Amino acid sequence: MPMISTLINGVLGETDESLLEKRTGELDNDNEYTTWVEYWYEGVLVHRSAHVTLKRNVSAESAVGGFGG
Amino acid sequence: MANSQAMCTSFKVDLLNAIHAFGTTVVRGATTPDSFKAALYLASASLGAGTTAYSATGEVSGSGYSAGGVDLTGSPDWIAPTSTSTTAYSTPTASIVFTTVTLSTAFDAVLIYNSTQSNKAVSVHTFGSQTITAGTLTLTMPTNDNATGLIRLA
Repeated sequence: MPMISTLINGVLGETDESLLEKRTGELDNDNEYTTWVEYWYEGVLVHRSAHVTLKRNVSAESAVGGFGG
Repeated sequence: MANSQAMCTSFKVDLLNAIHAFGTTVVRGATTPDSFKAALYLASASLGAGTTAYSATGEVSGSGYSAGGVDLTGSPDWIAPTSTSTTAYSTPTASIVFTTVTLSTAFDAVLIYNSTQSNKAVSVHTFGSQTITAGTLTLTMPTNDNATGLIRLA
């Protein structure tokens, strides 16, 4: 089984995935599509990663003025 | 044909390439693109249109995260500005990745700023509130076109 980076009792290390409970989630809206994966050990969150795909850009609208208003 | 009042699309692309200077500008030592960075901010911070430069105020902190965030890692950092129809646009070349970090306090924004030009702000992008534990945050860029490019001048 793959090893998962974990933070257990304040110690950063790696734990065999088979020892952990895996939970996943996702969020999909106009702004983003986000997925995350969590690993829990004895009821404690010990790993969480997220992948955010940005959908909505920031834009600026241009304008030019006429003479004589 | 008739004349039409417009802001020239080529000018919009030129703005993204820092070709024009209507006011006092900076001395550029080379024609190469600037370097940019990305920093994460707590959900309790107040970044937005009024943000002028990178600041550590409200920035996340935690194991594996360095103040100031990470460099954009493309080469160059941004896809060369171009236009489609009357919209100029550009998007970072690569995803922004924060590897093996622990960020326990909820954050929901990334500031992209110009580390070559006194850390001046470029844009703020928000997303659903996140925390990271001994993991990786990846920010994947949208398709670089006139509808979804990360920066657009319409």
